[in-house]
Amino acid sequence: MGIVMIGVISAVYGIGLHYLNDPQAIALIVLFLTAALFIITFVITQSFEKTAEANRLKSEFVSIVTHQLRSPLTSLSWAIEALISGELGKVDEKQLEYLKILKENNDRMGELVQDLITVTKVEDGSQFKNKELVSLETLAKNLVFKFQPFLQASNIELKMKIDDNLPQVLTVANQIKIVLENLIDNAIHYAKSKDGRKGLIEILLHKKEKNIQFEIKDNGLGIPKEDQKFIFQKFFRSQNVRETQPYGSGLGLFITKSIITKLGGKIGFKSEEGKGTTFWFILSIK
Amino acid sequence: MKKILFVEDETALQKAFGTILKDKGYEVISAFDGETGLKLAKEEKPNLILLDLILPKAHGFEVLKKLKEEKETQQIPVIILTNLEDMENVGKALELGAMSYLIKAKYSLEEVLEKIKKALGEI
Repeated sequence: MGIVMIGVISAVYGIGLHYLNDPQAIALIVLFLTAALFIITFVITQSFEKTAEANRLKSEFVSIVTHQLRSPLTSLSWAIEALISGELGKVDEKQLEYLKILKENNDRMGELVQDLITVTKVEDGSQFKNKELVSLETLAKNLVFKFQPFLQASNIELKMKIDDNLPQVLTVANQIKIVLENLIDNAIHYAKSKDGRKGLIEILLHKKEKNIQFEIKDNGLGIPKEDQKFIFQKFFRSQNVRETQPYGSGLGLFITKSIITKLGGKIGFKSEEGKGTTFWFILSIK
Repeated sequence: MKKILFVEDETALQKAFGTILKDKGYEVISAFDGETGLKLAKEEKPNLILLDLILPKAHGFEVLKKLKEEKETQQIPVIILTNLEDMENVGKALELGAMSYLIKAKYSLEEVLEKIKKALGEI
């Protein structure tokens, strides 16, 4: 800002010398301009500080609220689990049905709180300090293994195509894990198309110049064209998704994009309604 | 009957989980703040301590540090049961001598009970 001020003042002085003969008038203009620039600088600095403070307070508030919400949710969850197990007394079929509804809703609330915690952490940037060499191949394979029961239950075939000798990436492992988890989880949820086709997901990992590109393609619902520009927005959920998956926080893709951006990468997608979607991201190797 | 000291300031969790532990056949001693937790650990000599981190009067780490410094309590296994999930806290807890670090919201009741049984040498 100081350099800009010096530059502007010098330029005005130069122009003044060229067009005006009265040195007093030039000095007055330069003085006036300097004062105006000081005021503008002060206002801008103040507003930056206020915004930063507001962001810090917001993050702190969300963090406290989410942590305070987690404890009662845990109490509920464990108490319901104890009841469902039948160890505290016999539970009849109708009671079990209601307990399962309670458990499902409690879990949903827990997931939402977890997403809010992740958003806060991504936004304050505190989780991006410790970079290490990470194998995206190992991370992706471990997650696919974890998701196997869901893939089988949803009748989805998952294929992986990975370049040989894929280099590791200097990044933050637990953040990339969140990204991969979100993208695979989304693909599984939305690969189930309306017309009963067998779900298919393809994961591609390949080296592209000095980057690694990850791609995940599904043959599912696709994203309606009018919704595509909002897809990475906080809390946004596409209309066709709401019909098949009524529950969801709408934070997954927002978190995913925020993490990739903070790690210096790029993310995007292509999609056609009724045919499927491909999400991709690129990360620099070093 | 094995004795478990449960140091947790959340009343609902104390009631719900305390009841479950009693039903599983354990004697449960409750402390709602860090200072009381430390005092009861010395007096009651439990077989296991379940310790939250954000506690009134004394933070969980302070309690853990003192438990591991005192001769009479340093052998008691301590499981941290918290909702703080930063890796820094996990590292610090293990460094101070905690047996394990469980994030409440990420563990099912069954999983927590299994960890408790392991800590007590029952499985």
